[in-house]
Amino acid sequence: MASVEVKQVHKVYQRDTQKVAVLDNLSLTIPQGEFVALMGPSGSGKTTLLNLIGGIDQPTSGDVVVAGTNIAKMSGAALAKWRSTTIGYIFQMYNLIPVLNAEQNVELPLMLVKMSGAERKKRAKFALDLVGLGDRTRHYPRQLSGGQEQRVAIARALVTDPKVLLADEPTGDLDRKSADDVLALLTRLNKEFGKTIVMVTHDPHAAERATRTVHLDKGTLS
Amino acid sequence: MAIPFEYNLRNVMNRPVATFTTALGIGLTVAIFIGALALAAGFRAALVSTGRDDNTIVLRKGADSEISSGLSRDQVQILRASPEIATGPDGRPLVTADLVVVTNKDRLGQAGSSNITVRGVDPSAGEVRGNVKMIEGRMFTPGTDEVIVGRRIAPRFKDCKVGDRIRFQQREFTVVGHFSAGGSAFESEVWGDVEVLAPAVQRANTFQTVVFRLRDPAQFEAFKKRIEADPRLQVQAQRERGFFMAQSETFTTLITVLGTFITVIMGVGALFGAANTMFAAIGARTREIATLLVLGFSPFAVMISFMLESLLIAALGGALGILLALPVNGITSSTTNFSSFSELAFQFTVTPEAMMSGMIFALVLGLVGGFFPALRASRQTLSRALRGG
Repeated sequence: MASVEVKQVHKVYQRDTQKVAVLDNLSLTIPQGEFVALMGPSGSGKTTLLNLIGGIDQPTSGDVVVAGTNIAKMSGAALAKWRSTTIGYIFQMYNLIPVLNAEQNVELPLMLVKMSGAERKKRAKFALDLVGLGDRTRHYPRQLSGGQEQRVAIARALVTDPKVLLADEPTGDLDRKSADDVLALLTRLNKEFGKTIVMVTHDPHAAERATRTVHLDKGTLS
Repeated sequence: MAIPFEYNLRNVMNRPVATFTTALGIGLTVAIFIGALALAAGFRAALVSTGRDDNTIVLRKGADSEISSGLSRDQVQILRASPEIATGPDGRPLVTADLVVVTNKDRLGQAGSSNITVRGVDPSAGEVRGNVKMIEGRMFTPGTDEVIVGRRIAPRFKDCKVGDRIRFQQREFTVVGHFSAGGSAFESEVWGDVEVLAPAVQRANTFQTVVFRLRDPAQFEAFKKRIEADPRLQVQAQRERGFFMAQSETFTTLITVLGTFITVIMGVGALFGAANTMFAAIGARTREIATLLVLGFSPFAVMISFMLESLLIAALGGALGILLALPVNGITSSTTNFSSFSELAFQFTVTPEAMMSGMIFALVLGLVGGFFPALRASRQTLSRALRGG
């Protein structure tokens, strides 16, 4: 069963008076439980495609079906709700909230679902244990290394048990050792927990961890 | 679902300098606002407490203040004989025919002079007013050249100490006591026996007002109707408290308008200060806000969150403003009472209502100042904001 289906998608951005086509009639199917690496030169449309799959942006035309829902024409509010239950997003710069500690950062997505405080804490602790940071719950982002921050971000992405994990250059800001740890974690989430993962990367070493690599160039698959 | 309040609280505490300067801007505005209200409240309290609800004041028809009123001895005698007047424990009617004159006296401890009100009263005036107490010395002896001085002006004018001799036109009087009168305007006056003071100031057969206690205060309207219809009198009757309250209106309105004017100007500055702080805070947290939106928080939740943050700073400003304004409470100042053109001393009174108004004013500043920054935060284009703006 397909987890992600991108069908004949066009994405055009308006820059001043100029229209710039970023994705051009792109179609892509990702089955459930696949770990896909999206590669390509800068400006090829990798992040745009990831944002379309994650419901952060919407296509100019075409359909994007994720976990059985066509999100191409969803309203902003409906998309926000959909994202909170279906997608886990991992950013290159981790994007943790600096004033909240690791546990509170991981708890954030759970604020969007009806759940007791105790249950929230329990789940956050479980997610942090899973990424190997069960002993860092009270640490603030500034007290963690880059690799640890990214692992907290991964815990935050998976705490709601989403069907799809999207990662935008998750190792782009990490040293080799930390990058390997993060990639090992993503591989485990894919293999052990059956998560569908779509990862944008420039790094061939990172792409090797994926089960499939898709190359983009000038808005089309190459 | 709401973004946890702790997020805003921590962010506010995380930038103490920006938070404090913004809160101070709002606080100073609130302090000025409360100060103006305290001044107006103090002035109003001094005049309102001057009158009693169960006392009736009679003035010449058409007079709008004591000094513009004039009653002849004949009129006063007719009024004194009114059967509706209550009697005191000693069996004497609770009535006083007052002579009110304004005289210029040198100030004590500073250059220049100012007008003070000299009131000639009946010996029963203290009882009629009810709240007059001697705090130093004694009451003047009827029929003698003795006067007593209100406690608020006693330390502010020359020749007002107990034992001093004070001159009114051709005659010198001896100050024999200082009195309090429940914080009312009487505390800014000099009182003496009307029958001794009147000839000294060449007003032997003229009085300004007659004030008395009604046997049954509920009979006020009937009494008013009767004496105002009496062709011999040509007078008007008012409840004493209502009369003095009306006297305070011009000044309190002026102070409130002036205070509001200054507050509005400062408020505009504080508003921009709050907006600027919030725009800066949001500018620095573009990616953070985008992350919250990506996680699934709605634009409305983001907007409410930043409005709360602005309100939090404003509440801090409001509290700071109240703290800054509190020390003026109880400070005695004086101004010219526009209805008598003489000095009226009063105490700044920071009322709970004024503090509440100050806090509400601060929150309104926070609400308005935070609205557009919060709106901007909630309307970010996600894909662009994630790249850092």
